[in-house]
Amino acid sequence: MQVQKTALYDTHKNLGAKFVSFAGYEMPIQYKDGIVKEHLATRQQAGFFDVSHMGQFFLEGDNSLENSLEKIIPTDLKNLKLNQSKYSFLLNDKGGIIDDLIITRSKKGFNIILNAACKENDIKQISKYLSSNHKSFLNNDLSLIAIQGPQAVEILNSIIPNVDQLIFMNGEEFEFDQEKIYITRSGYTGEDGFEVSISNQKVEKLINALVAKGVKPIGLGARDTLRLEAGLCLYGHDLNEDINPIEANLKWAIPKKRREEGGFNGYEKIKKDLENGSEKIRVGIRPEGKIIARENTKIFSKEGEEIGIITSGTFGPSVNSPVAMGYVKTKFSEIDTNILLEVRGNKYAANVAKLPFYKKSYVK
Amino acid sequence: MSEKKFSKKHEWVSLEGDIATIGITKHATEMLGDIVFVEVPQKGKQVEQNGQAAVVESTKAASDVFSPISGEVIESNEAIVSDPSSVNADPENNAWFFKIKVSNKSEMDSLMNKADYEKFVSENPN
Repeated sequence: MQVQKTALYDTHKNLGAKFVSFAGYEMPIQYKDGIVKEHLATRQQAGFFDVSHMGQFFLEGDNSLENSLEKIIPTDLKNLKLNQSKYSFLLNDKGGIIDDLIITRSKKGFNIILNAACKENDIKQISKYLSSNHKSFLNNDLSLIAIQGPQAVEILNSIIPNVDQLIFMNGEEFEFDQEKIYITRSGYTGEDGFEVSISNQKVEKLINALVAKGVKPIGLGARDTLRLEAGLCLYGHDLNEDINPIEANLKWAIPKKRREEGGFNGYEKIKKDLENGSEKIRVGIRPEGKIIARENTKIFSKEGEEIGIITSGTFGPSVNSPVAMGYVKTKFSEIDTNILLEVRGNKYAANVAKLPFYKKSYVK
Repeated sequence: MSEKKFSKKHEWVSLEGDIATIGITKHATEMLGDIVFVEVPQKGKQVEQNGQAAVVESTKAASDVFSPISGEVIESNEAIVSDPSSVNADPENNAWFFKIKVSNKSEMDSLMNKADYEKFVSENPN
């Protein structure tokens, strides 16, 4: 597969980006300041992220579209209001997560933000449930920019008036440079912020305006440390097709109505886990010392029984300590349970920890 | 101290008598990014040339640090363990990793001088 570039590739280059290949795209892993400074800039001021590699998938149709999508997406689409967004997933027959996503109701139907590495398969899976009177398309003419941090609202509002009126997990159409753009108040950092869907032609102009007002460019490296401190999952690491939402401790993302009524892929398995608890569950993990437990680190009980595995682990610059997430047998999942992590052949003390590691400040 | 020598794995070594001071190069720190964790060998540990001796982790990944020369560890730099970011700040001076009593000085001959190392880096940027 040929490596793709986003519309901002040259802009990133001029901002000093170091690139990595990610999901088939050349993406900035970091800029000149490096991951720690980028992370802290997002927590203390504001940063922007180019997430244009993600899929912006649009669905149009009558009321039957809700019924079709609810078979593969276990959220309550019927009660989703215009411009309201929900975090949800695509589920397979076993209740395993094909991808996690944000779905928003639009005037004509829904739009869904999909993970870059999954988007082609996602569309195939969704299309199985669509009928001839439903229209769907992946819009590659649009870029997606996240602006995150405590100063994001003030700065973006000075460029695009009234974005400060948006509430968390809601969107609205705005205008920038004589063009309609769509903005939601959301993000993946644990900070207040926005995601802006804007044409590939205008995106550079928006970025230049943000940079002029002091918003720092943030790469995938800091995106990962920020989301992990915020306790948010990364698909392909913390979530995959063999993990269901109950195991992933994402029960909250399936509304009560859907939990009770079902009618979506894998409901039998999910219902069983809802009633009896799952065998394993995702938890936050905090090493006691400075040791960093990365993905695939084995987890043991105090008594030496192997009880699970780390799925994400790094150093959290804002909490100034190592942080991790992983799956453990459910009986070891209580907060403050003492566990051991095997790193380079030695076992190190750690504890099951409350998520998020870093307290969010969303505007509701 | 004597002239610094460099390994292909981006360590530097400086020999004084039969005591070698070892650290990682500036180029290594630039590739690693922000260093957030360092593990140094214990005093008394025998290290072999090109054998794993220490660990350095950045926000991105963990990497082994290899000893460019064989010997017995006589001292490790605890300052970089308590402040790993000092390795980014001053990798080729104060942020040395460990010192060894060298067992075979002739191993120094297999290492590069500064000019050769810089040429090696420019030809192998990653």
